[in-house]
Amino acid sequence: MANTYSKVGEMTTNDGVPLKVSLRRSQRKLKLWAFLLVAPLLVFILVSFIIPVVNMTMRGIENPQVANIMPNVVAALENWEGTELPDETVYAALVTDLTMGRKNKNIGKVATRLNYERSGMRRVITGSARKAAKLKEGPYKTQMIEINKAWGDVAVWSLIKRESGTFTSSYLISSVDRKTNDAGEIVAKIEDKQIYVNLFGKTLMMSFSITIICIVLAFPIAYLLATLPLAKSNLLMILVLLPFWTSLLVRTTTWIVLLQSQGVINDLLVWMNIIDEDGRLQMIYNQTGTIIAMTHILLPFMVLPLYSVMKTIPPTYMRAALSLGANPVTAFIKVYIPMTVSGIGAGSLLVFILSIGYYITPALVGGQSGLLISNMIAYHMQNSLNWGLAGALGFILLVIVLLFYALFNKVIGIDKMKMG
Amino acid sequence: MGSKSDFLVQFKNVQKSYDGVHLVVKDFNVDMVKGEFLTMLGPSGSGKTTCLMMLAGFETATSGQIILDGQSINNVAPHKREIGMVFQNYALFPHMTVAENLAFPLRVRKMGKSEVTDKVNRALKMVRLDTFANRRPAQLSGGQQQRVAVARALVFEPKLVLMDEPLGALDKNLREEMQYEIKHIHEDLGVTMLYVTHDQVEALTMSDRIAVFDDGVVQQLASPQSLYEEPCNAFVANFIGENNRLMGKVLSVSGDTCSVELEGGGGTIQATKVNVGQVGDRTTLSLRPERVMVNPAEGSCANLVNATVEELIYHGDHTRTRVSVSGSSNFIIKVPNTHNQQHMKKGESIRIGWDTDDCRALDAND
Ligand SMILES: Nc1ncnc2c1ncn2[C@@H]1O[C@H](COP(=O)(O)OP(=O)(O)OP(=O)(O)O)[C@@H](O)[C@H]1O
Ligand SMILES: [Mg+2]
Repeated sequence: MANTYSKVGEMTTNDGVPLKVSLRRSQRKLKLWAFLLVAPLLVFILVSFIIPVVNMTMRGIENPQVANIMPNVVAALENWEGTELPDETVYAALVTDLTMGRKNKNIGKVATRLNYERSGMRRVITGSARKAAKLKEGPYKTQMIEINKAWGDVAVWSLIKRESGTFTSSYLISSVDRKTNDAGEIVAKIEDKQIYVNLFGKTLMMSFSITIICIVLAFPIAYLLATLPLAKSNLLMILVLLPFWTSLLVRTTTWIVLLQSQGVINDLLVWMNIIDEDGRLQMIYNQTGTIIAMTHILLPFMVLPLYSVMKTIPPTYMRAALSLGANPVTAFIKVYIPMTVSGIGAGSLLVFILSIGYYITPALVGGQSGLLISNMIAYHMQNSLNWGLAGALGFILLVIVLLFYALFNKVIGIDKMKMG
Repeated sequence: MGSKSDFLVQFKNVQKSYDGVHLVVKDFNVDMVKGEFLTMLGPSGSGKTTCLMMLAGFETATSGQIILDGQSINNVAPHKREIGMVFQNYALFPHMTVAENLAFPLRVRKMGKSEVTDKVNRALKMVRLDTFANRRPAQLSGGQQQRVAVARALVFEPKLVLMDEPLGALDKNLREEMQYEIKHIHEDLGVTMLYVTHDQVEALTMSDRIAVFDDGVVQQLASPQSLYEEPCNAFVANFIGENNRLMGKVLSVSGDTCSVELEGGGGTIQATKVNVGQVGDRTTLSLRPERVMVNPAEGSCANLVNATVEELIYHGDHTRTRVSVSGSSNFIIKVPNTHNQQHMKKGESIRIGWDTDDCRALDAND
């Protein structure tokens, strides 16, 4: 025992190796094994999830077009103060870059990029590039302004200088319905073009409604699942899981059949004389449709965590509450529901986060008003091809999700959560 | 046992079946006097919890009547019965602190704030947990949780407190300590308690009366002393304390005694007649190990039998001696460790004897 302590406070093994070192050594092999076991999954997640996320996020701030395709202009503008029109060297550089860009067939990228910031710039750039190739000799300043009077506008040059960095905040600014004006200040876009903040708000509101509806619908189901005898609860469980076994597309289109204005429910209501032919309800291709279909699809994600928590609550708690004099309703509210909070929390987190980023269902049944932010991201990915803006919107969505996660962790505690 | 109004609880011909095929409780009849500590003792599955649950209102009696304080409670909702209950797993609310747990029954009775605080503090003091008021149940030891559960069942001053094996999860020392504590609380508050256990020592030390339960029927309802000394059937004799059994056949009956011929050729024995049929029926003779004398002086006891020593186990204050008597090799004698004690050896032939009063002739079942 004497050599167990080499010096005060530090434990060693019998052969004098510090205990911590020895412990680490003995666990190294174990850790290596553990790592090897998770390595395939780690690689998979890295390749299929982390890298794409990082890549898309980077696109939201990358700005290679002006810097790469118009290097001479960027260099010439370096010392430009921005108060009056630049001098002849800049115009000469402009002609060089436009000509080169046209020859390499990549001037369109710059045109598109600058057009995001100032409409009309596409025509300015492509038109000027075509004509600049024909210019024989300088001075180019007057000739360029003649080709397009935009080149005589200080604001255009400010824009080019502003977007000459390899990184830009303009996508992010644009994602929150702001823009940089000619004076370089960040201001709100004109009313008509403010869509994203509203859309984020609407997405959050709809996700919130869906989550609440899911809680209300799932609670009794989960309660039944947890309390019914096994034979019956198994049948109920199958019904709950049924949506998982059916294709998402089938489920969503079924709602179209049911909810459309010539659909089953409307027909039924008309047949029962509750509404007349002209009063058929619009329940699909709008927010209502999105909420109904998404609630249906996400319901199991609420039921299962709730069920797994309720399953662990023995009936004696309710009995204890009753024996202490609480009436059944009070006992349920004061004793039972608080014990299911971790399940409600887990389910809400799942449903909320899933619905914030949901895409297919709103795309199919959402019409115009039922679209969510993910549909807008998809639009920019597939139709407008503005991947920078898509990346920035995606990034903001990611930040919102992380914020909610942190909030949840603070209020309920992620460690207390049961996922089912 | 006093006039009719002294009864707090009466079970009248109560029967219970869960599945409509088997009776879990068959014809249960118990009258509880106000202020008494009554224990239901019985083997696992004998229906003790079921009886408690019927009284508390979580199960309904299939037939019969349960009367609380002169009123039939068959149709009174559980939360209106004013019965405190301690559950086997304590059932403390995990999301509330100890103080909140205790305050719960008072709050649902819409008691004033200061009164609640007052009563909670008094209850905490009673179970010596004043310093734990703000802890969660999960932060308490088993014994502490148990005390909280007891305090919670008492804090709203119910007429009756039910406890279902409240000490089952505790280790031996703590269990004994808690037995005294519960007993003292009962004496101090004068509350009526119905206690369930399958630990006979617990039942014997705590109770005023014990209802020995088996097979859905009360086998005997009596004070601990008479249960031990005057069991009325073979099940009770066996279940309470240590017991020697000898089987025999009744030869003749005269007044309170009968002669029994031992099976296995041990001779004829005089026994107290308790629960035997006619002459010629089989009977179980029941004898407590500490009432058997080894090599008694000639003529000092009514019954003398030959025996062979099989095993000696030294216990300090006594020696447990296993002997074979009349074909039965499981006969135990407790020989006290006194001065003049003769030392027996294994294989030795001895004579053992006992009084007629100590030997009870019971039914042959079991
Ligand atoms: N909810 C129920 N449904 C069906 N049978 C039940 C139910 N509860 C108890 N039983 C049966 O009733 C019988 C008596 O059960 P009970 O719980 O009253 O026994 P107990 O005396 O309390 O036993 P223990 O000492 O093990 O707690 C048992 O055979 C049990 O299987
Ligand atoms: Mg029980």
